[in-house]
Amino acid sequence: MSADTSAPATQASPAAPEPVDPTLVGTTATRAERGRMRVPWRFIGGRAAFYLFTAWAAITINFFIPRLMKGDAVDAYMARSQGQLTPDAEKALRLMFGLDHSVPLWQQYLDYWGMLLRGDLGVSISTGMAPVGDAIAAALPWTLGLVGFATIVSFLVGTVLGAVIGWRRGGRLDVLVPVTTFLGTIPYFWLGLIFIAAFSSVLGWFPAGHAYEVGVDPGWNADFIGQVLSHAALPVITIVIASLGGWVLGMRNMMLTVLDEDYITVAQAKGMPNRRVLWRYAARNAVLPQIQSFALSLGFIVGGTIVMEMVFSYPGIGLLLLGATNAKDYALMQGIFLVLVMAVLVANIIADIAYAILDPRTRQTEA
Amino acid sequence: MTTLEFRGVTKLYNVRGSGQLKALDDVSFTLHSRQTIGLVGQSGSGKSTIAKILTQLETPTHGEVLLDGAPIPRRGKGLRMYRQQLRMVFQDPFASLNPYHSIRHHVERPLRLDRVVPRDQVDAEVRRLLERVRLDPDAVMERRPHELSGGQRQRVAIARALASRPALLVADEPVSMLDVSIRLGVLNLLADLQREEGLGVLYITHDLATARHFSDEIMVLNQGRVVERGPADDVILRPRDPYTRELRAASPDPEEFFRRRAAQTTGGAR
Amino acid sequence: MTTTPVPPEVAQPAAGAPETAALLTAERRPAPRRTFWSQLKASLAMFGNRKSAAGLVILGVFTLVAVFAPWIAPYSPTAQHLDATLQPPSWQHLLGTTHIGEDVFSQLVYGTRGVLVVGFLATIMATVVAILVGVTAGYLRGWKSESLSALSNVFLVLPGLPLMIIIASQFQDPPLWIIAAVLGLTGWAWGARVLRAQTMSLRNRDFIQAARANGEPLHRIILVEMLPNLMAIIASSFVGTMTAAVLGLTTLAFIGVIPVSNLNWGTILFWAQQNSAFPDYWWWYVPAGLCIALLGVALALINFGIDEYVNPRLRSAGERARALKKRGIDANAAVTAVRTTASPTSFPATRAAADPESTTA
Repeated sequence: MSADTSAPATQASPAAPEPVDPTLVGTTATRAERGRMRVPWRFIGGRAAFYLFTAWAAITINFFIPRLMKGDAVDAYMARSQGQLTPDAEKALRLMFGLDHSVPLWQQYLDYWGMLLRGDLGVSISTGMAPVGDAIAAALPWTLGLVGFATIVSFLVGTVLGAVIGWRRGGRLDVLVPVTTFLGTIPYFWLGLIFIAAFSSVLGWFPAGHAYEVGVDPGWNADFIGQVLSHAALPVITIVIASLGGWVLGMRNMMLTVLDEDYITVAQAKGMPNRRVLWRYAARNAVLPQIQSFALSLGFIVGGTIVMEMVFSYPGIGLLLLGATNAKDYALMQGIFLVLVMAVLVANIIADIAYAILDPRTRQTEA
Repeated sequence: MTTLEFRGVTKLYNVRGSGQLKALDDVSFTLHSRQTIGLVGQSGSGKSTIAKILTQLETPTHGEVLLDGAPIPRRGKGLRMYRQQLRMVFQDPFASLNPYHSIRHHVERPLRLDRVVPRDQVDAEVRRLLERVRLDPDAVMERRPHELSGGQRQRVAIARALASRPALLVADEPVSMLDVSIRLGVLNLLADLQREEGLGVLYITHDLATARHFSDEIMVLNQGRVVERGPADDVILRPRDPYTRELRAASPDPEEFFRRRAAQTTGGAR
Repeated sequence: MTTTPVPPEVAQPAAGAPETAALLTAERRPAPRRTFWSQLKASLAMFGNRKSAAGLVILGVFTLVAVFAPWIAPYSPTAQHLDATLQPPSWQHLLGTTHIGEDVFSQLVYGTRGVLVVGFLATIMATVVAILVGVTAGYLRGWKSESLSALSNVFLVLPGLPLMIIIASQFQDPPLWIIAAVLGLTGWAWGARVLRAQTMSLRNRDFIQAARANGEPLHRIILVEMLPNLMAIIASSFVGTMTAAVLGLTTLAFIGVIPVSNLNWGTILFWAQQNSAFPDYWWWYVPAGLCIALLGVALALINFGIDEYVNPRLRSAGERARALKKRGIDANAAVTAVRTTASPTSFPATRAAADPESTTA
């Protein structure tokens, strides 16, 4: 609002005595914020609260499941392992399965939390009475290596491929979309079985299963590492091919939407080379929802990996879970579930951090 | 004669992280039937907040809104009667109609909800309303909104607003999103309806020219406060508040342009 | 207040109302009457394009196979022909036999029932929950909405297969609807999240505000005003959930968590693996997997069709680029060429004046 001028109202004089640069001051609606990257505390706080809540929910679900089901199976389980359990282990299992009816429910719940915080997940009957934690710790690295590597490869290849296909809309590469989609609807395990049959049994290119040759001692030597790599090749290839379709399609659709935006047209009109527009403008914006969908599909990835390990007899968490299921080893099953949930949450946190770094809007001052 | 009064209304919004936003600051005015008030202000001045409070989509933080001297009830039969008396025409003709339903549905709903006419006369009333806004009922009644033009849609919105036979109408920038060439048609329609039905109209706009053309009285709103009010011609031709003067200066005036050009060419050989 | 209607022919449109004038002077042709069938056809428009149609056809074939299984399958799926075990495909056994002489083709046909019944049931359960939670969470505000959203996010993050394994393994011989419920439990969250986002954006649209200002009761706002606009999203979510349910079911059956009394394509694979059918007896394990993939493709095609209907940019992106290429224009070119002479593919001269594209490229 300008000061009252003495000039006649009919003169259209400049509004204020000194000209003000709006790009420095900003309009009334927003204020341009430059400079250092602010830590988005509110965003982080919100997400942290959510993850804590999810962890709590998973643990509570784990607590209630055996208590909701009929107790016969659990009783049989305890009966089978009678005589082989130490009194402490037996007490822990009784607590986990809610077999001790003298203790009130809320007390059981608190004791369960105590058990978990001590790191005690019970005892697994199907792996020789070893603590559940030990059994999981032995299997986890194999799973992380396999699924981590394969998923990252699949995500990167799929996203790049999707970006290129989206860019060259209407070109010859479009035919890849239905192909990769078809591959994605094939169940993981079946594809694995087919690949084993084709590449291992018939062609003999890759070993059929396990992480390394039977009877070999693990060690950090070239021979062992070579074996690990060759045994991991087929599972990795299977996972990559099966999951590629989802990434390609998602990225392509996002690219098509982004390429319609006006700022792409402006960039091209400015004379920017196509490669820059494709990668630094279009793909950079289209990849943000991809990261979100990556975070959301982690649960699904876990499922696929479990089945993959069963097919390839890969000594990871999945195979452990299969063995536990067949042996009705409830303690081990529940322990695996908890560990998987924690792993998924951690991966979600990493994805959130990546998203926060890449998306400037989460870094801005919140109005 | 129905009277709506805004008395000392203040509206505060809580904004996360930076306190409160004062959308309206001690606003008072009175709207009678058979009167048109133009509410003028730029974006963010609080015009839409007034519209939302009038249609009970928001409530004032301080102050009160009175209909015929009595405060507006928050729920129940009283609220329904209030809603029937005051209707709104929205700004965006593309968004104010449900894309899924026919025009007939849109005009019928208020008739049925407020039981304006007996059930067997609803169809005839829908036709009458559409003809009132100068649309051909047979041609538009069964169509969906996307099959009509912007001007036609806005006319349907007006018909819908008139269905419950309100005494007061709030028009929130009714022609801003229409092509310039058809704005006059819609505004003249509103003026005719106001005259014939004896409505009180609150015409909210950022356009001084149409406000002057259309309203008896004009209120100028700046950052939530009423900075000037008076008869339309007075406010436009003899503005007293500096903000109003700026608004006036900002709108292009063809006569002014030619006068200055004439002064320049006669003033020197440039 | 006058009540006499102004006859349309007499009303003089103002100079600035050309569209009404055009309407009045145009031939008086009443709009087509909206019958039930035409409305049904309109709401099924999202399935109109070729991809959706192809997907629906495949799904329809599977449904027919499931319904008419006893007439299509030559044998009972558990009938054993111990004199013809592990036979390759022949005229008596179109897809060969298993290790105890069961006809693989019959197993596949009857297995279709298991897959489709449980698949549809699970998807219906999951979609109903998703609509209830998602639309409510989108319409409400404040902590109610946030807590419903947190609930669906929890189920999104929790890995589905381990949860299903744990729950399913607690049962000895679960009935069909329990299996469907377990599948639905892990599948509703995605649809709820999408519906919540869509409802939130719908809620702020003017026509919903107008309905509220008109005094429409809440149930009518949600059911009559909002729900029809959410139809495409619900359909897409339904199809996606069904894909996940079918994959989940067959995976659980393959692992062996679901008792083998429920015959579906996954059980066939379970038996195949248990009896070392790999790699030699391909007729046992290849068709079942192909059927799962084919059903998945059908559902994906239907979803493509719905996607293109909802987001028109996807629809014609490829076609537009190809059409441009035919006229010698690169869709991605940074500079648009200005033609000075008529190109061989431009329109005939009589239309050139009216068509701006052929003169300005």
